[in-house]
Amino acid sequence: MHAGRAVGSGGAVTATAPRRTGAVAPGHGNGMPAPRRAAIAARTLRTDRWWIQPLLVVLALVLFTIYATFRAFQNAHYFSEPYISPFYSPCITTACEGSSFPELFTGPSWISPALYVLIFPLGIRATCYYYRKAYYRSFWLSPPACAVAEPHKRYTGETRLPLLGQNIHRYALYAALVINVILFYDAVLAFRDETGAWGHMGLGTLILLANAVLLFLYSVSCHSCRHIVGGRLNNFSRHPLRYKAWMQVSRLNGRHMQLAWASLLSVVLTDVYVFLLATDTINDLRFF
Amino acid sequence: MTYDATFRVWRGDATGGDLQTFTVAVNEGEVVLDIIHRLRATQAGDLAVRWNCKAGKCGSCSAEINGRPRLMCLTRMSTFGEGETVTVTPLRTFPVIRDLVTDVSYNYDKAAQIPAFTPRAREKDGTHRMQQVDVERSQEFRKCIECFLCQDTCHVIRDHEENKAVFAGPRFLIRLAELDMHPLDVVDRKDAAQDEFGLGYCNITKCCSEVCPEGIHLTDNGIIPLKERVVDRKYDPLTWLGSRIGRRPKD
Ligand code: SF4
Ligand code: SF4
Ligand code: FES
Ligand code: FES
Repeated sequence: MHAGRAVGSGGAVTATAPRRTGAVAPGHGNGMPAPRRAAIAARTLRTDRWWIQPLLVVLALVLFTIYATFRAFQNAHYFSEPYISPFYSPCITTACEGSSFPELFTGPSWISPALYVLIFPLGIRATCYYYRKAYYRSFWLSPPACAVAEPHKRYTGETRLPLLGQNIHRYALYAALVINVILFYDAVLAFRDETGAWGHMGLGTLILLANAVLLFLYSVSCHSCRHIVGGRLNNFSRHPLRYKAWMQVSRLNGRHMQLAWASLLSVVLTDVYVFLLATDTINDLRFF
Repeated sequence: MTYDATFRVWRGDATGGDLQTFTVAVNEGEVVLDIIHRLRATQAGDLAVRWNCKAGKCGSCSAEINGRPRLMCLTRMSTFGEGETVTVTPLRTFPVIRDLVTDVSYNYDKAAQIPAFTPRAREKDGTHRMQQVDVERSQEFRKCIECFLCQDTCHVIRDHEENKAVFAGPRFLIRLAELDMHPLDVVDRKDAAQDEFGLGYCNITKCCSEVCPEGIHLTDNGIIPLKERVVDRKYDPLTWLGSRIGRRPKD
């Protein structure tokens, strides 16, 4: 068709310019203005309130961390028959209140059972593509907002340790999916009453269930999940079922940020509800 | 509905320059590029500005308006208050030639280095066949008009000139993704993406997606999927093992 085109099999359609071979080394910044760029001293000329969003993220994450740390170390008021707080599930030691999960070992009594399982939700959230964006921007200011200069002299991104470790995110997802199943199991157990008889339902049952659903949707909408169910394929037409699954996950993936915040909030609210029940501050609203 | 607006326009070249203030008439329905043209016609005859289609399709008129990377021809004056000062500067990531015109050859150098599209052998009847569902993802990236606003806003090179050597920028990371996902292409670009084009420098803070005038989801649909493909290849022991013992075909 066109002159110079390698017709037939295999050949590249256009030529590729030579490039350096092998891995390239990062640059070394000195924080000086770049040569030959337009001389503009201002760090940004944005006139909108670009700092609001990073500020809100900092506030939300700091508040959550304080609350979660307090509750995880508190080692009390996390169980009120038949409900267990998501911070403490699965509760795997003999010291656990209630018996929602097989007691696997006897830990030292001063270690809160929440601490054994905390790593799983923490793992997926810390390496999540959305939360990475959120904390790189708002805590590390890299960049604080688009077209606002970051304060660092050097930048290597996720090319070296420890941030290279973000690449294990899919394993954090696998672990989180196991926790998701356990939280559904907790929600099913919440259909029993205080005596262990089935056929109960209270507001707490609904809350546990909604929390399990939101956390599950958060996991399923994950970018790694999207890749695993179908994103890695190049020929969807040969894998119709995985293509369908990929389409569904892609739809959820578009809402991943919203699900990340919604599920974070629901964990807190669920925990607060169980806390209020466990401290006898309120009574569970019974439907039947 | 005509009013006088205050414009601050950066004027100068690589040796220096500054923001100069103008008062200029604005009519209803106009865009920033119209005002720049009026400035040139009435007050600053030698103002250098690059433009072509005035329809958001050629990617020439990229600039920064009130600090945000935008196309001048797609930025309506109605988005600003009548009393608001509108500041227009050249792209801050590339060397300036004069006034609003920058030298974007960094992008063309990177473009030329991407391993070219290399289709598999043709079918017996001399054609290349593929299903629409298979190319759909790649086609999103074909909408790119190469305005380089994403390249301009990406902090990896915007704030770190020294990274230009090691980082191809979002526009070319999605070019790599486009080709890697292409059902006909036979070249594997995963190692090159990570080792030579600097995929790992991107920290997925999504400014490229925020500024793209074509609404391309650079991060969600291009860069993150490419990162995941690189994980398959380089960092996931299971998929690595799978490919070693031949349990995992290329697609
Ligand atoms: S998401 Fe990555 S490529 Fe896009 S602007 Fe941010 S750092 Fe650059
Ligand atoms: S991806 Fe979007 S922002 Fe980047 S060059 Fe193409 S059209 Fe412009
Ligand atoms: S959980 Fe957010 S991207 Fe995987
Ligand atoms: S003039 Fe063509 S995109 Fe603005």
